[in-house]
Amino acid sequence: MSTQREQADMFFKQLEEFTKTMKQSVGIPLVMDQKTGVAMWYDQRELKLKFLISIEKTRKFFEALSEGKVLATKCKKTGKIYFPPQVDCPDAPDSEVEWVELPKEGELLTYTIINTKPYSFGHYPDYTVGIARLANGVQILAWVRETDPKKLRVGMKVRLEVVKREPEGYLTYELVPVEE
Amino acid sequence: MARRVAIIGTGHSKFGVRNDVNIAELAYESIRQAIDEAGIEPSEIDFAFVSNVGGWSSEPLPAVVALEYAGLTGVGTMRVEAACSSGSAAIKAGYDAIKSGEADVVLVLGVEKMNESPTPTVVEFIGRAGNYFWEFQNFGLTFPGYYALYATAYMAKYGATEEDLCRVAVKNHYYASLNPKAQFPRKITVEHCMQSRYIAWPLKLFDCSPITDGSAAVILASEEVAKKVTDSPVWIKAIGTASGTSNLSRRTDFTHLEAARKAAAMAYKKAGIDPENPVKYIDVAEVHDCFTIAEIMAYEDLGFAKPGEGYKLIREEQTYIGGLIPVNLSGGLKAKGHPLGATGISMAVDLSRQLLGRVEKGRQAPIKNGVALAHNIGGTGHYAYVTIYSLDKPREA
Repeated sequence: MSTQREQADMFFKQLEEFTKTMKQSVGIPLVMDQKTGVAMWYDQRELKLKFLISIEKTRKFFEALSEGKVLATKCKKTGKIYFPPQVDCPDAPDSEVEWVELPKEGELLTYTIINTKPYSFGHYPDYTVGIARLANGVQILAWVRETDPKKLRVGMKVRLEVVKREPEGYLTYELVPVEE
Repeated sequence: MARRVAIIGTGHSKFGVRNDVNIAELAYESIRQAIDEAGIEPSEIDFAFVSNVGGWSSEPLPAVVALEYAGLTGVGTMRVEAACSSGSAAIKAGYDAIKSGEADVVLVLGVEKMNESPTPTVVEFIGRAGNYFWEFQNFGLTFPGYYALYATAYMAKYGATEEDLCRVAVKNHYYASLNPKAQFPRKITVEHCMQSRYIAWPLKLFDCSPITDGSAAVILASEEVAKKVTDSPVWIKAIGTASGTSNLSRRTDFTHLEAARKAAAMAYKKAGIDPENPVKYIDVAEVHDCFTIAEIMAYEDLGFAKPGEGYKLIREEQTYIGGLIPVNLSGGLKAKGHPLGATGISMAVDLSRQLLGRVEKGRQAPIKNGVALAHNIGGTGHYAYVTIYSLDKPREA
């Protein structure tokens, strides 16, 4: 069975081929709506979107992943822990933050299994996204390594693990159900 | 001095897959109707707020494209974005402009052309609407996925079932069947809904609002102008607003939308509505049912039901006409369709027509108090707008 990404790519490929013949016959990239027969123009410009996002101030977070650690920041003055990490504490603007490691143990607060996927996730099989509350109260959203709804429940114990995301091959984190 | 603000004209396009029109043509369907209804000259418009989310459609500056087509070039304008509540945000901008005395007549237009892109691209754009870097980049959430997180937690905590969620879809499809502007004007059954495939477990296809093209417009006017052109103005009585964290992980729980509660409290306070018993004051409501779970949470966040009891309202059919409070008699986002930027304005249009007794037979609510409520949420409780419309002139401006 083809992935959702392959199906989406096939859709564009068919449009390309169809409009190629239309350009040869009527001179424009004309597409007829399959249901209603109305005329549409198939865009002759394509935009690729890939962003360059600054992680300079939170670089430690990303460096720590290679040591198997997931970090957060803690406001030195108020003690508030920030995850996702941020380097400013708006409650005490003159204070600084320090880096702290998040505990690994947590409990699943909620979850969903993504069946219909965004285009850029269309190459993966169905995946589960959950939110866990960790032992220190910090909450984290990540994939959960279990896609059978019968084996998932609110309140189940999970462990936070650093993993390599394939096929892209970069470090991220995941929630892994713990056998009870 | 603060001034009162009225809706003096409304326009609404057919919602659906509108491959028969481009974005400007689609916008004009509503602009033309709204100007006609208001009985004003286009030259009287002081400002145009245009609600559009975009990304999936080709024109990045839909405000000027739509105004040029409509022969309104020259009037000051801006695009307004608050995700799925952009329409209500644009109404607030128009309301503030008139209330403050900066403008007398304002066009508020909402337009969205979502079907210019294929479904996986649209799913991608809406999925990114939260916190892109921390919650989408690595974990590929989708819009149904965000609300599914709420559905799972809600069902686990309160014992609501997937059938209860489907009952919301059944009601909204029923009312859509009476609304010729709706994308899906046909009835469904709980069985239909239960048999549909999962989109984001536990939400199924029939729990989800569709991808929609559509437009809606209102003409807002000061009391002075309204008095001259109409004997049936609908007043904006109060607007409540709030926001929620961009990261869902930072929410305190997943059984309600805090921003919606805050916005409701603010709107009730301004409108003089008892937050303990709002249904006593309100004849009809349009709530943000982008997913069936969202409507159930809306019942609770608006105080129509106690926390944890929203699903009982739909189980007991209390949100049909004749029940405690009729909700989404337009068919809602679920079955009327959800062209993001047009949705909040569509709510204003339909509620104005409800208050004036102008909607189709079978979906007209009995109007006793002359008060209607719109609950419009952007993202997953990222933005919240609760707007109260009334036939009676608000006591204070």
